[in-house]
This record gives sequence, structure tokens and C-alpha cells, in this order.
Amino acid sequence: MGRVEGKVAFITGAARGQGRSHAVRLAEEGASIIAVDICHDVDLIAMPLATREDLEETVREVEAIGGRIVAREADVRDSAQLEAALADGIAAFGPPDIVVTSAGVVPFVPFPTMSEATWRTTIDVNLTGVYRTVKAALPSMVEAGKGGSIVFISSGIVFRGGGLVVDYASSKAGVVGLMRSLALELGPHGIRVNTIFPTNVLTKMLDNEVFGAVVSNAVNEGRPFESREQRVEAMRGMLAARNMIPLGWIEPKDISEGVLFLASDEARYITSESLRIDLGFGGK
Amino acid sequence: MGRVEGKVAFITGAARGQGRSHAVKLASEGADIIALDICEDLPFAHSPHATPEDLQETVRLVEAAGGRIVARKADVRKRDEVDAVIAEGLEAFGKIDVVIANAAAIQYKNVFDLSVEDFEATLDVNLHGVFNTVQTPVRHMIERNEGGSIILISSGIAYKATPAPDYSAAKTALITFARALANELGPNRIRVNTIEPGYVLSPANDNPKYAERTARLLGREPFATPEEHREALWEQLKPRNMLPVGWVEPEAISNAILWLASDESRYVTSEELKVDAGFADK
Amino acid sequence: MGSTVATGRVAGKVAFITGAARGQGRSHAVKLASEGADIIALDICEDLPFAHSPHATWADMEETVRLVEAAGGRIVARKADVRSREQIDAVLAEGLEAFGKIDVVIANAAAIAYKNVLDITVEEFEATLDVNLHGVFNTVQTPVRHMIERNEGGSIILISSGVAYRATPSPDYSAAKTALITFARALANELGPNRIRVNTIEPGYVLTPALDNDKYGERTAELLGREPFASREEHRAAMWDQFKPRNMLPVGWVEPEAISNAVLWLASDESRYVTAEELKVDAGFADKSA
Repeated sequence: MGRVEGKVAFITGAARGQGRSHAVRLAEEGASIIAVDICHDVDLIAMPLATREDLEETVREVEAIGGRIVAREADVRDSAQLEAALADGIAAFGPPDIVVTSAGVVPFVPFPTMSEATWRTTIDVNLTGVYRTVKAALPSMVEAGKGGSIVFISSGIVFRGGGLVVDYASSKAGVVGLMRSLALELGPHGIRVNTIFPTNVLTKMLDNEVFGAVVSNAVNEGRPFESREQRVEAMRGMLAARNMIPLGWIEPKDISEGVLFLASDEARYITSESLRIDLGFGGK
Repeated sequence: MGRVEGKVAFITGAARGQGRSHAVKLASEGADIIALDICEDLPFAHSPHATPEDLQETVRLVEAAGGRIVARKADVRKRDEVDAVIAEGLEAFGKIDVVIANAAAIQYKNVFDLSVEDFEATLDVNLHGVFNTVQTPVRHMIERNEGGSIILISSGIAYKATPAPDYSAAKTALITFARALANELGPNRIRVNTIEPGYVLSPANDNPKYAERTARLLGREPFATPEEHREALWEQLKPRNMLPVGWVEPEAISNAILWLASDESRYVTSEELKVDAGFADK
Repeated sequence: MGSTVATGRVAGKVAFITGAARGQGRSHAVKLASEGADIIALDICEDLPFAHSPHATWADMEETVRLVEAAGGRIVARKADVRSREQIDAVLAEGLEAFGKIDVVIANAAAIAYKNVLDITVEEFEATLDVNLHGVFNTVQTPVRHMIERNEGGSIILISSGVAYRATPSPDYSAAKTALITFARALANELGPNRIRVNTIEPGYVLTPALDNDKYGERTAELLGREPFASREEHRAAMWDQFKPRNMLPVGWVEPEAISNAVLWLASDESRYVTAEELKVDAGFADKSA
């Protein structure tokens, strides 16, 4: 008997990285998965986003452990796409009990030169996208009347600020305000709303040339790295200094354990909670 | 010699209420003012917004307080409108030392009634509008290289759950926006702080439309007069504050603005300054 | 109001300040006096065995008296230990005798040992709490009773620290200073109906005799793994460079007077609706990205 046996989880950004890890972990513990991801790059966001093949890999991994999954390409900037994906999932498994908003982007741009379009894209994906996700799932959850658990993935950056992330940090804090308000409103429906604040996780969000340039400017006098290995090692040193437990990053699985706990009935009285899974980053 | 003598402050939402109060307070302490306000109603917003006449009254009061002012009708959602006002202000006063991002709009809808479009409309004014307000002055401050003070008006709602997911998201985002900006602009001696007002009596709630809402929330018949509404509002809000008051005056927020705008707070950055009669922590 | 015609942002108010013989406490006394307040001041005026650096002397306190009077204020200044309620209350009684009331309390007295968790004994931990936490309780309670009875509100300002937001070795000091924030919040909740406001200030690095002394200079040299400093100036220059990267603004520390500006604002009626606030004056220390 799994810890979320029989539940249905709707997960955004599920094609790779943390989102994929949540899908696999929740499936391991008995949940059916409705997975969405944009599966293509986005204008103004230099970091490469997931692909259709990535999403297919998530399907393979979930099914390999005996899980059930409906996976669709959908952009959190488009309510119609989210609703269509969810409709397919609901047809297969019934309404969601769990919503995990893992889709997110970070452009790493200095504020004085940040274009309004870049700013808006980040907010649109990371904040309004979360609202769209909730709005898409909510009618079926409320109608089902079984309560539920909504888990937002924010960021440790909310506690510390940082360079080149004015848009990202704002969007991730907006999610906290959203959580608090929704937790209040949805409490009577038995729907809990919580937020996880990860420190750095070595996914494609950081393991790419765009963040590599940030690292290079910080610790390598702007000189490009000769190899991915060199880049990753430099990144490890730079990021480890920001955490109390001096590791550069944690694994997607570490966040998934938090998601699982909050999604399960073990956390049935936990709502409006800010859960840091961050090697102490937020307090250092 | 005023506490902000010789400084120039750019204030959005300055036609009435808190924005006007800030303009007059800073002018009375020696600052010149660049002011804008949308001066028209927003279709999605709950209560009526300011009018061109309101903005004229701000001009009159600032001048009476001994300050100079450039005041224009402009929409914070439009970068070109904001930048045009800033250009006129720089033409008149030559610099900007202080930015007060005060313009805001609220619609009071809960998650079941609030469409994604409604959500975006709120973010447009309260979050994107702040981005629009701040970026051009920041570039000016960096170039001028004499530091600066940026003050964003967040809200007590950032600390207390209320059913207004859009407004909660936007106002909470401002705190981290300020923190990230403060981190990035510290080397340029640009300070970035937020103020979190609690309940403030201003035309935003002291109006017939809001009175209808209060009556509905309290489950009673409509109020006969604005005074009757204010009394009911005072009693409704007072238990939510530590100090035995229902609300604070706009001038109390302006006192915090003045302090953050002045060099008295020269080492204060990334601060969340609550002026709320103890609302947030009650 | 008395017969004196005071002007200034805290004209006619009376402020009680602990740890007032030098550094930040002295600065607050002088600032408030220059804006029209009368001062009731105390300081232990002797070294504490467990504390790292030397504390103030009675000669320091005499200098505070001189500066307050030069700024146009009146002052009652006494040697007293915040760990002793009896001693505090005796000073308060004298102050009330002289000025008739207390409007503002500034709990500034503090002591720090700079020991890490592996070295610090339970006794040392308790010694730190004695001054920095119990001492604040002692400082605040009698004035609060007076304020409630007088029924004209009041402003209580507790000096916490940036360590409340950033982890630092010094578990004792961190515990005490962080506790003050919640202490203030609870007090603010309880005393709100009496119009007594309770706020904390979280200073970042401040250059005062607590850092600017030979003993601390030895510590800095040790931490930096270098030979002892030849002069105070050399120590200050090294500290400035050591601390500057920890602040957002490009400074190593802030002046005591910058903290006094916040004290003045919180003491004045300009902040009449500000309570349960944590006011950081820290050049961005608390929120600086690591």
C-alpha cells in the first residue's frame, strides 16, 4: 500500500528534472500521474527547455515501475492547453487529488537591461502559470469533494535575493502570497496549499551554458569553461559556499520526498506551510 | 532645512490618498516632486480611481507646501507613458533621488470568481507596473552615480492570508523583487525597501462602492452616510490590529516614506517596513 | 508638559536607555537629547568576565552625560547592571523622580563571548542569556507597568541583531538576539490595547568600542590567519575589507548614529502606528545573497 495509493497527481514541468522525479516518486507510492510539459524552448528564455523525448522518458520511467500516466504537451501560459491535458487525465483516472506546480524558467538577466518582455515571460510562466494550473484543476477537485493537496515549488531565492534574478525571485515570492490566500480560501474544501523552497538542484535549469556564464563571471573572471566537467566543478564550489551543509546542490529526489509528504495524508493538517529543503540556504 | 532638502522624488498614484500624502509630506521637507496617476477608472478594479481634478489638487497642495511639481496623467502599465513623465521631470529638476511605487489597483475577488484574465489584470498594475516605474529611474541613478532610494508600497496582505489571490501574489512578489533589486543595486548605493501598510483610510475604501461591499460583508442594510460606513469599518477592522485603532492615516505611511527617502536611513536596504498598527503580527 | 520649551522630533519625551556609557547607547542618548528628550541612562561600567571585549567605564558614562547636556538635554545617569532588577528599578525611580515619566525604553545593553558550540559551556550560555535576554526583560517590565498606569502609550525599542537573520557561530548570542524578536512581537500583541508600541532594531556591523578594541583586533588577526595588527587603523582597514562583501551597500559597517536615526524614528510619534516591526539598519547584511 503506497503512501499516496489511489490518488491522482497533476504535475506541470514533468518532462525532466524535478517534475519528472515527482512523477516517478508519486507513482512509486501508488498515484496515477497526469503530466504536462511545454516540450519546446520559449522566446527570451535562453536556457534550453525540455523536449517531447524527455516527456516520453518520464512516461517510460513511470510505467517501468508499474505506474499509470497520461502525459501531454501543454504550456502553463495557455489555460486551454492545461484544461485539455487535464480532461484527458481525468477521463483516464478521475479528478486530481494532488497538484504539483513544477514548471518554471529563469533567464538570468541584469535588471537595468532586462527587457519588459523577458520580465513578463518569467512572471507569466512562474506565477500566472501557477494560477492557471490551479484554476484548471480546481473545478474538478471541488466537485469531487474529497479535498486535496496543492504543492507549489517556489525557490530558496525568496529568502535571500541574489543577482540577475529580479524577475525570477519576484515570481517565486508571488507564489507565496498566492499560497497563503488560496490556503485560506480552500481550507473549507479540505484542499491544502503548501510551498517547497528548494536550494539548487542540479537539473538542466542550472546545468547549461546560460548559468555557466553566470558562474564564469562569478568565479572564473568571465573566461569560458573548457568542458562541462570544469563548469560543473566550478558551479559546485560556488554554490556550496551558499549552503550551510557545504554541498553544491541536492538531487531532484530530495524535493520529491517533500512533495510526497505534503501530497500524502500524513500531512493532512499542514496547510499554508513554507517547507525549505535547502541545505540551510535560506537561513545562512 | 528640510529632511529631504534638494531631493527629487518620483511618485506614482499621486492624485489622492497615500500617494498625494507622500507628495505633500516630501515637498514640505524640501523635495521636488514628479507625479503621475492614471486619473481614470480601471474596468476591473473594485472602486473608482482618481480623477484629473484630484491630481490638480495634489499640485496645489505640493505648491502650498513650498515644493515644485511636475504632475501628469499616465498609466503605469505603459512604459512609454511612464518614461515620458520621467523625461519631463528630469527636464524640470535634473535628477531623481527617490522613487515611490505607490500606484495600485484591487478587485476583491476570490479564487472561484477570479478568472485568469482578472489575475493578469491585477499583476499588470501591481507588479508589471512597478517594474515599469522603477527601471528607467534605476538606469538614471546608476549613470548619475550618487545612489538613490527606491520605495515600493507592498501591503500587510503579504503577511496575512486574505481572499484576494491576485493581489496577494502581486504584493508579496514586491518584497522579493525589492530584495533582489537591493542585492543587485547595492554596489551602486541604491537602496530598495518596501512599506507594508495595514488598513489605511483613503478614497480607496472611503467610497460608496466600498461601503456597499462592507454592508454586504457585514450582512446588513446599506449605510445611510459615509460617516456611518466609516464607523462600521473602524469597528470591523479594529480587532485585527494590535493598537486600538481601525486604520492608520495616509500621513502615518508618509512618515515612513520620509524616513526611507531621507539620508537618515542611508544604510537601510532590503527592509520590509510595516506601518500597520500591528496588523501583520496580531 | 513641564515648563521647559523643548523643540525637536521627540520634544518633551523621556527615554530610558541601557548600555548608555559608550558606542550605540551613547549615540542614542545624544541623538534623542538633541531632538528634545530627557534621558535616564544606565550602564554596568565594568568588565564582564565571560564577555570577549572590555566593557565601558564610569569615565565613559561621564562623557555621555557631558554630550547629552551639550546637546541641550537633561540626564540621570547611573552605574547599574541589567541582570539586577533591583539596580535597574533604583535607577528608574531616580529618573521618574527627576522627569516624572518614561515615554521610551531602549534596551541596548548587551554582551558577547564569541564562542562556538564546541567550546561554550552551559554556564557561559546562561551568562549570555542573563545579559541579553533576561536583562531585557528586567529593563522593560517596570517601565511597562508605569506606561500602563500612566495610560499615554509608549515606545519600547529592543536592540536585536542581524545575527537573527544570518547564521553565525555564537549559539548563545544568536539565541538571545533572535528571541528578542518574538519577545517584542508577543509584547506588542499584549500591550497594543495600551498604545504601547514594541519594536526591534537589527543592526548589521557597527563600528563601536565593542569591535574597535585591541582584544577584538587580536580576534580579527586570528580569524584572518595573519600576524597581529600594528595599529587600530590597520585593524579597522582589515575589518572593513572583511565585512564589506557581507553587505549589499559598499561599506564595511554603519555608524552608531545611523542606528540612532532609527531609534529616533521609532521613539517619535512619526511612527505612531508602527509596532511589532523588525527594523534592519544593516547596509543589506541580512538579505545579502551569500
